[in-house]
Amino acid sequence: MEKTINPIEEMYERKPQRWWIYTLIVLVVVALLGWSGNAIEYKGLASKGSDVAYGIVYGITHPDVSMLVDMTKDGVLYMLFETVCIAILGTIIGGILAIPISFLASENIMPKWAAFIARAFILLIRTIPSLVWALVWIRVTGPGAFCGVVTQSICSIGMISKMYINAIEDLDTRILESLDAAGCTTFQKIRYGILPQLYANFVSTLIYRFDINIKDATTLGIVGAGGVGAALIQCINSRRWSMVGAFLCGMIVLMLLIELFSTKVRKKLARG
Amino acid sequence: MKSEESAATKTPLYDKIFKPKTMTIGNDHSVQKPRSKTWIVVVLLVAAVWISAIVTEFDFGIIIKRGHQFTVILEKIFQPDLSYFDKVIGPLLDTIKMSVMGSVIGSTLALPFAVAASTNINRSGAAVAILRVVLNIVRTLPTLVIASICALIFKLGTFAGTVAITIFTFGIVTKMLYESIETIDMGAFEAMEALGASRFQAFWSACMPQILPTYLSHCLYSFEINIRAASILGYVGAGGLGILINERIGWRDYEGLGMVLISLFVVVLIIENTSQYLRRKLS
Repeated sequence: MEKTINPIEEMYERKPQRWWIYTLIVLVVVALLGWSGNAIEYKGLASKGSDVAYGIVYGITHPDVSMLVDMTKDGVLYMLFETVCIAILGTIIGGILAIPISFLASENIMPKWAAFIARAFILLIRTIPSLVWALVWIRVTGPGAFCGVVTQSICSIGMISKMYINAIEDLDTRILESLDAAGCTTFQKIRYGILPQLYANFVSTLIYRFDINIKDATTLGIVGAGGVGAALIQCINSRRWSMVGAFLCGMIVLMLLIELFSTKVRKKLARG
Repeated sequence: MKSEESAATKTPLYDKIFKPKTMTIGNDHSVQKPRSKTWIVVVLLVAAVWISAIVTEFDFGIIIKRGHQFTVILEKIFQPDLSYFDKVIGPLLDTIKMSVMGSVIGSTLALPFAVAASTNINRSGAAVAILRVVLNIVRTLPTLVIASICALIFKLGTFAGTVAITIFTFGIVTKMLYESIETIDMGAFEAMEALGASRFQAFWSACMPQILPTYLSHCLYSFEINIRAASILGYVGAGGLGILINERIGWRDYEGLGMVLISLFVVVLIIENTSQYLRRKLS
């Protein structure tokens, strides 16, 4: 009996001593909280705050049905449709633009300095908030859905190329060597050696980004870049809760549907 | 013969319309290669792009014709007004504080909900389904919309922004976490239950060590996103850098805007690199 217990106890004694790491994490978090606490002051509810909260709940439970079924350009359905269209075009153009940039930024293909420059460029694109991009582009395209498309194409480059780079850096180059040994031409090597490895990953990234772009497209409307955002914020500010409810209900249903679709496709892609 | 027949009845509709290609191999056996379905996807995609281009009035000519306008604002942004930095520093710190607070509270709240929403730990299917629908709805609301509603409910300022970031963080961390919880190894959990540990004890000592690194990594990731998200929340009056961004744009002071963005750029760079370093350590 002694013999069987002892190794277990020994192992138990030798378990990794991680407590100091956890203490450190907790200390850091508490310190950060203490530091940030002073900036966030609770000033109480706004004078009509409780009315607003009640209005939101009321609006979502009593959406303006006439807006939901309205098929004209002022209806919720058309605006959501426009939002989807903006996201589709923005994602596809962004995905195409991101391909050359991410090849340039991959350390296993390009020299280090070139990859570094390309990465700095990507980071620059990502740091400028999408609202600012929209304002920059509005001068070119004028307000409207087209501005949204161009803005999303640029904004998407950041995240898409980041994911592309991961896929490219994971490329298995031994396949290329064996294709070389089999006497393939450069084009054949790309077609049968590189594309099959990247394809699923790239498409999955695009679908994921499409998900995000739909959500972003709703907010871009705030600066006049088309989609559902402008009307929604106007309704919120003028406190027309049943209209807000109609917009929110439409958006929630749309995004649930898209997410369902995207997770399904991405699961299929991941399994091959 | 019979087995071949039953196989034939099972062929999907698609293969009946587009007959699979039959290839004969050397030893007189034949193999059937189903026709590629790629063209369906391509046709659907082209149609979607076509319709979207019409709806959004996509016109590449405008970009070429008015392309020079693109650089007008960007040029000014890239000549930042350095003296403006004094006014940036306060809101910048506010933004960081908002996202720290929001990330910590949001991810702390996320832990119990994620555990309750994972199918391998919560065995009641109905509860999981309801919880997930609610979580999905929380996640579909854009941050800016949540922030503008919060700014109306609470007074304008950092508190509204913090609440918005908390809700946003809660949504994404919960989702990422329950997805990782579902992939953990439940062997140790079952073994401890078999030895007579209560469910909580078993979860605490068998599952927590597996979840914790992933959880911390998700928290850091959401913090990375939050810094960027928090910077625009002020646009709807929820405190932080966004107020400045809104104000500079309103006054067409794009040099000042450039300074705001460059400070943000540096902060994002530092935070992202630190967090990526920590996340690599965790995994």
